[in-house]
Amino acid sequence: MTKLKDWLVAGTVLLLGRRERERGPERQPIVAAGAPNHRAENVLLLLFFLVTLAAAAFIAVYALDRLSNQTQWLGLALGGSFCLLAAACLVIAKHLVVTEELAEPYPERESPCAQGEIEQIVHESGSRFTRKRLVTLAGSGALGALGLAALVPAASLGPVLDTDSLYTTPWRKGRRLVDDAGKPFAVADVREQTFYTAYPEGADRELIGAPLVVVRLPPGELKERRSWAPHGIVAYSKICTHAGCAIALYRKPTFAPTQPRPALVCPCHYSTFDPADAGKVIFGPAGRALPQLPLLVDRKGELRAAGNFSGPVGPSWWGVRMGKARS
Amino acid sequence: MKIAVALIALVLLAPAIARAGSSPPHVGIVTGAGSHGGGLAGLGASLFAANCSSCHGALGQGVPEPTKGAGGVIGQGPPLRGVGALAADFYLRTGYMPLKDPRAQPSRSRVLFTDREIRAMVAYVASLGPGPAIPHPQPQLGSIAAGQKLFTQSCAGCHQIAIEGGYVTGARVPPLEDASSRQIAQAVRIGPYVMPKFSSTQISAAQLNDLIAYVQYAKHPDDRGGWGIGHLGPWPEGLVTWLIAIGALVCVCLLFGKRLKS
Repeated sequence: MTKLKDWLVAGTVLLLGRRERERGPERQPIVAAGAPNHRAENVLLLLFFLVTLAAAAFIAVYALDRLSNQTQWLGLALGGSFCLLAAACLVIAKHLVVTEELAEPYPERESPCAQGEIEQIVHESGSRFTRKRLVTLAGSGALGALGLAALVPAASLGPVLDTDSLYTTPWRKGRRLVDDAGKPFAVADVREQTFYTAYPEGADRELIGAPLVVVRLPPGELKERRSWAPHGIVAYSKICTHAGCAIALYRKPTFAPTQPRPALVCPCHYSTFDPADAGKVIFGPAGRALPQLPLLVDRKGELRAAGNFSGPVGPSWWGVRMGKARS
Repeated sequence: MKIAVALIALVLLAPAIARAGSSPPHVGIVTGAGSHGGGLAGLGASLFAANCSSCHGALGQGVPEPTKGAGGVIGQGPPLRGVGALAADFYLRTGYMPLKDPRAQPSRSRVLFTDREIRAMVAYVASLGPGPAIPHPQPQLGSIAAGQKLFTQSCAGCHQIAIEGGYVTGARVPPLEDASSRQIAQAVRIGPYVMPKFSSTQISAAQLNDLIAYVQYAKHPDDRGGWGIGHLGPWPEGLVTWLIAIGALVCVCLLFGKRLKS
């Protein structure tokens, strides 16, 4: 925080100090100032203002987050902002930059003095602006607003400092697994060679830690965490640890000796997890194993959670290995 | 001159005419026509012995380890007892079987057996053990909207919502454009190759009708935009947008810019 204050103070001093700076001796102009074009300049100022407005509108629509057709409005605001900026550039190029075509044979040799003169000519003939400071201010305002509009969506990447919510899931010991229609899973109904999607009973299904993918394997094939898998039934978070897509693919061989072995696959980037081996990554970009939920069978023969996940659920973030999943 | 042309044509066509005359059996299968007795049952048994037994065993008991079978073919395959007419009809009518190499993924190919031969083999496989019969789905009773929801939940992860197919690690996912209603109903229950299988407790017969109704709709979707671009999703759509946008930008540059004369 103090660092931020230092920077602010330094910035202000620089800005104020600029005005006080002594100018060098005025040079005698060689080229007369270009004919001012007040109309074009006014149009330019208006365009810069509109760019700023459109970019601000993008930020406002994004921050409000409850408009209907939000995507279309966002696109319209940002696209409009860019179009207006392009129009502003066109106005500068067509009406405010002095264009002059000269063809001359290459001069023999230039003395440093003549070189300086040419530099001066180029410098002086480059502009017809009368209100340079205002135009610069409007232009930098427009560009700044656009830049800010481009940066604002980064807020959606998730909480930066307060990551507590990323560790919490609705699962705890004894919570029953239910299907899409709210029906509990009877062990006898869970078959091999297929997959099921399960949710926590009486909890919000939209939470990232809620959905599970449940498969049944021959108990002998399980390599790890056998006590977590009654009758060979294993449950994993349905959210891929790479980019947070739903694990919608279950690959299972019809005839094991000649076909690929069972795996949970994410359709987005083909991260492939081994359900028989604690959800370890066997292919693809995912950086860590799929979080597994320990299961137990209650007296009625229905599946319940025996605790919380083996690790934090969902796509990885900077602190993903620093905490455990909690209820 | 005319005679010369006719002669050349005859020479070029001769092998084709000879092939048409003798009509040998198709490569890859043994039909063994006329070498059996006992009508359809006998035909089924002989065709099974000639084309399937290397990998599935002489009595459909399966070949768990690679074994050298008839004609030097190294066979290995699952048992067929209890798979029923449902699976046999699916695998034969899609051309999934017979498979060239037991380790290859079965894929849709030309069906080399006649309809009668397939019926005979299906009846033979069904007689190996009690199993499900050929389903008769009625997609006209199904709801496309309900089917789309089901398809999204259980099928679209691999087959894509536009039924274009794709990949899963270790296998190709077939597109469903050529799948008939009956074949879809069969595949859902079988789970061919690495596809999961769905029992009637997961997807009921009525839901299956919905599902098939959606797939049949998706074969010829209502492209409101007018141009589906292969229904491959945002990638080609974005690419086309970029190409059009770049063209438009170049036009704008030409409109506003001024060519430097030299």
